[in-house]
Amino acid sequence: MTATVYVPRDSAAVSVGAHAVAAAIAAAAAGRGERVRLVRNGSRGLLWLEPLIEVATASGRIAYGPVQAHDVEGLFAADVLRGGAHPLRLGPTAEIGWLARQQRLSFARTGVVDPLSADDYEAHGGLVALRAALAMAGDALVEQVASSGLRGRGGAGFPAGIKWRTVRQAQADQKYVACNADEGDSGTFSDRMLLEGDPFTLLEGMAIAGLAVGATVGYVYLRSEYPDARAVLRAAIETARARGWLGDSVLGSSRAFDVHLRIGAGAYICGEETAMLESLEGKRGIVRAKPPLPAIAGLWGKPTLVHNVMTLAAVPWIVQHGGAAYAAIGSGRSRGTLPVQLAGNVARGGLVEVPFGTTLRELLVDYGGGTRSGRPIRAVQVGGPLGAYVPSSAFDLPLDYEAFAAAGFLVGHGGVVVFDDTVDLGRMARFAMAFCAAESCGKCTPCRIGSTRGVEVLDKILAGEQREANTALLRDLCDTMTHGSLCAMGGLLPMPVLSALDHFPEDFGKG
Amino acid sequence: MPSTATNGAAPASPATPTQFAIVDASIARLGDLPGALLPILHDVQDQLGFVPEAADARIAAALNLSLAEVHGVVTFYHDFRRAPPGDHVLRICRAEACQAVGGERLEQHLAAHGLGAGATSADGRLTVEAVYCLGNCALGPSVQFDGELHGRVDERRLDQLLGAAGILPRGGCGCGRQGGCR
Repeated sequence: MTATVYVPRDSAAVSVGAHAVAAAIAAAAAGRGERVRLVRNGSRGLLWLEPLIEVATASGRIAYGPVQAHDVEGLFAADVLRGGAHPLRLGPTAEIGWLARQQRLSFARTGVVDPLSADDYEAHGGLVALRAALAMAGDALVEQVASSGLRGRGGAGFPAGIKWRTVRQAQADQKYVACNADEGDSGTFSDRMLLEGDPFTLLEGMAIAGLAVGATVGYVYLRSEYPDARAVLRAAIETARARGWLGDSVLGSSRAFDVHLRIGAGAYICGEETAMLESLEGKRGIVRAKPPLPAIAGLWGKPTLVHNVMTLAAVPWIVQHGGAAYAAIGSGRSRGTLPVQLAGNVARGGLVEVPFGTTLRELLVDYGGGTRSGRPIRAVQVGGPLGAYVPSSAFDLPLDYEAFAAAGFLVGHGGVVVFDDTVDLGRMARFAMAFCAAESCGKCTPCRIGSTRGVEVLDKILAGEQREANTALLRDLCDTMTHGSLCAMGGLLPMPVLSALDHFPEDFGKG
Repeated sequence: MPSTATNGAAPASPATPTQFAIVDASIARLGDLPGALLPILHDVQDQLGFVPEAADARIAAALNLSLAEVHGVVTFYHDFRRAPPGDHVLRICRAEACQAVGGERLEQHLAAHGLGAGATSADGRLTVEAVYCLGNCALGPSVQFDGELHGRVDERRLDQLLGAAGILPRGGCGCGRQGGCR
C-alpha cells in the first residue's frame, strides 16, 4: 500500500528545512522499500511547528513537527507511515486545539490540498461557487457580496459590495479586476500562504468578481519578494486555463475571464491601489489623486475592481453559502473572519483565521503563547508599518475596524507583530519615519519631505535635545502628514510614531 | 572584506552586443503586452543580473516611450540594478517583525566585515541587499539567499549559509571573537 505523506512547500516551511525533510523522506522510504506518495501541500499555518509533516492514516491525517531531516530515520523507525508514536507526534491534525479553535473559511483548503491539483481542489469544494455564480444574474451576485458585509481586507476596510456595484454600473468597453498581492506590510503573510497553498481559490474569487462586474480580464500584481508564490500561481493559472476554468468560455459558459500575473519590483508604495495600477501600466509607482476612483477610471482609465488577495479569496465561500451566512459571523460592522498573522517575537506564530470580535489578548496569549524570548510582551504593532504600537493595557480590544479606529489603532491587513520588553519604541518610531523616507513615491510634499524631517526631529528628541519643543514640532509635522498626504502612506505614518510617543513616552528623550 | 558600491552613483557599464541581443529578444517576446516595461526589465535582469543603462534607449524606442520614462522606472524600483551583482545575492530583511527578534544583528554582523547593504564584496562573490519584509514574519530573522528563503537566521546560521557557498570559511566568519560572532 502506498502511504501519503504531506510535506509543505510553503516558503515559511521551506525556510526552516522542508525541502530537506521531503528529500530525506523519499530516501528513507526508498531505502526501506516503502511506497510513499509525497504531497507538497501548503502550510496549515502552525508556523512554529514547521516543517510540520502529516501522514494519511485510516483514522485521518496525523501530524508530526517540527521535523528536521535528521529526524526522519527515527520517524521511520517509529513507523511514522502508519501514525506511530514518536516524541514529535502531534496527533490528528484536525484535533490540534490551535487549529480546531479557528474558523477557517478562506483558509479551509490551505494546507489540506495539493495546491496545484485541480482534482484535489474540486474534491474539496472548489468551483461550487463559480458554477453557482454562472447561474446567477450579475446584480444578484453583487447583492450576495453586499449583504455579506465583506470589507476590503487590504487595510482600508471599504465595503466590497459598494465597489462591486460601482464597477458593475460603470459603462465601458473593457473592465478589469486587479488583485493586489503586493503584500508589503511587515508581519503579514496571509496572501503568500494562500497563493502558495490554495491558489485556485483566488482565481475562482477573481472569476466570480469578473462575472459580477462585467470584467473579462484580471491581473494579479504580486510582489517580487515572493518567488515561490509566483511559481505556484503561474502554474495554477496555466492549469485553470487548460481546464477551461479561465479563458474565453469559463466552464463552458461562453463568458470570458482570464487572469494575468504581473510582478512588482520592490516598491512598498505599489501596495497602494493607485500606485499599483500605475505599476501595472508599466510606470513608476506614483500615487494617483482620487477622484476618479479606480472603480470608475482605473487600469488604463477603465473601470477596475481592485481588491486584496484576502478579499477575493473570501468571495467563493460567500457565494457558496450566501451573504447572510457570512454576515452572521463577526462583530459590529466588521463581518466575517479575518486571517490574522501572528508574527515577530511570538512563541506560537502563524495564521489564525478568526471571526472579528476576537480580542488581541486571545490572539496573543491563547494562540500566540506570549513571546518567543519568554520575556513579557511590551507592545504589539497591528496593521503593518503604518499601524499603531498597541500597549498591553489595550489588549482586551476586540478586532473590529471601528473599535480599533476609535482607540487610534489600525486593523490593516491583520498582521500582529509582537515585541518583548527589550524593544525601544523611540527607535521604532524613528524607523517608521526612515522607512517612509525610503519608500515614499515622492508625489506629495507631506510624505516626501515630512518623513525626512521626521527622522531629523526624532533624532533630536532621542538625543534629548530641546525635548519639549521638538516633540511639539513632531506632533505638528504628524498633523500635516495626516491631513495633507495624498494617500495612506504619509497619512497613516503618524500612527506608529504618535502611538509610540503617547503610550511609551519613557522611550523618547532619555539622552 | 572591502566592498564597492554597486548602486546609486556607480558608473554605467557599457553594454555588449550579447547584452543588446538579450534586450532585443526580451522586447520582441514581451513588447506587445499591455504595460510591457516592467516585464521587459524583469526579463532582462533575470538574464543579465542587471539592466544596462545603454539598454534604456532601445527599450524606449521599442515601446514608444521617452528615455526619461524608462530611466525613471528603472531607478524608481529598488529591484532593478545598474551593475552586475556578485555571484551570490543575500537579501536581509530589516522590517519590524524581524527587528523584533534581533534581525538587525545580521546586518551589523556583515557590516563588521565591510559588507553593508547595497554593497558587493571586492572579490565579486557576494552582493548584500536590504529588503523590507520577505513574508516570513513568524520565523524571523529572515534572509533570502539566491532566491531561497531562510528563517530563524542568526549570525551562526548566516555564516554556515555563506560558508556552504564558499563565501566565508566554513564554520565561521573568522572574525576572531570568542565563541564566534554570537
